[in-house]
Amino acid sequence: MSNSRARPISPHLQVYRPQLTSVLSIAHRLTGLFLSGATVVLSLWLVSLALGEFAYAPFVGFWDSWMSVLLMAGVVFCLYYHLLNGVRHLAWDWGFGFSLSSVYASGWAVVAASVILSVLTLLLVN
Amino acid sequence: MAQFRLPKNARITKGHRHNDGSGMQRPLPLQIYRWNPDDGAQPRVDEYTIDRATCGPMLLDALIKIKNEIDSTLTFRRSCREGICGSCAMNINGTNTLACTQALSELNTPVKIYPLPHMPVIKDLVPDLTHFFDQHASVEPWLKASDPPEDQERLQSPDDREALDGLYECILCACCSTSCPSYWWNSDQYLGPANLLQAYRWIADSRDESTSDRLDQLNDSFKLYRCHTIMNCTNACPKGLNPGKAIGKIKSQIAKGKT
Repeated sequence: MSNSRARPISPHLQVYRPQLTSVLSIAHRLTGLFLSGATVVLSLWLVSLALGEFAYAPFVGFWDSWMSVLLMAGVVFCLYYHLLNGVRHLAWDWGFGFSLSSVYASGWAVVAASVILSVLTLLLVN
Repeated sequence: MAQFRLPKNARITKGHRHNDGSGMQRPLPLQIYRWNPDDGAQPRVDEYTIDRATCGPMLLDALIKIKNEIDSTLTFRRSCREGICGSCAMNINGTNTLACTQALSELNTPVKIYPLPHMPVIKDLVPDLTHFFDQHASVEPWLKASDPPEDQERLQSPDDREALDGLYECILCACCSTSCPSYWWNSDQYLGPANLLQAYRWIADSRDESTSDRLDQLNDSFKLYRCHTIMNCTNACPKGLNPGKAIGKIKSQIAKGKT
């Protein structure tokens, strides 16, 4: 052992195949992060509204741009996904849905429902 | 803080191509992670080609064929060749499983083989599992009970015995633990799916009398609650067990105050 060097860590993220289980889990985190950020924007918007016309003017421009549509679509999708996947986590905490077939069925159901509800919501609002 | 990139000494470089498939009836290329503690070089990925026409059906057969016929320095663990010892656990085409129960016919080519993820490498496909087994010992995986009646064994009803199905079959191959991103980043404290399933095997045992001590010991934000129900573990288990479910049961027993 005396002449051997520090052992390298074997590759992990670099080689592990993304699968529904891990992808939906990291998506839950990322949508949560994104929604936290969106809450800050929402607060700034409300504060600017309270401060009066001068502060609110930049937001008027923003809401007219395509960027706002993108942001709102993102917020709506993330909200549905985070909410529905949160229900999935609640079921697990309750002791249900641990079999691999249930995990995959509930996972795909959450993805499908999030997309459908987001599209419906955006159609309704526009 | 989780480190997503490999440290400098772990980055993989281009390796050698040991042979090509010329003259073979059914050539099968394999790309295999290599690292030698004695040659001073970076880890690399070598390519070998074997002839499936003269090879056994499983990936372990292919590895043994390479070692016998092409490159005797290729290093890996193997023993039972029938999925009960857990020695030949490795990362095959992106997921962890046992080389001896992985059929070659089910694999896309070239077959990519790495050691179990995020473990210190001893050589080639051999990871250092010392910490993993220390963690196993820390859950005190043995029956803790007062002495049985003198003239009788410890009795167990068929239902109580059935509660251990899906738990006692674990062979500690570490496929599940090393498939878990949470274990990759927190294995210094988080026990990981294999050892939590092992812990639950004794919690669920009707003959064991230290259930509440065991639950108390696990009720820790790192040891147990770094599990975020990612479920890569259950996806990986070569024995078809469900470590994610076992962890869920530990959490719910603690939540229900059975400590």
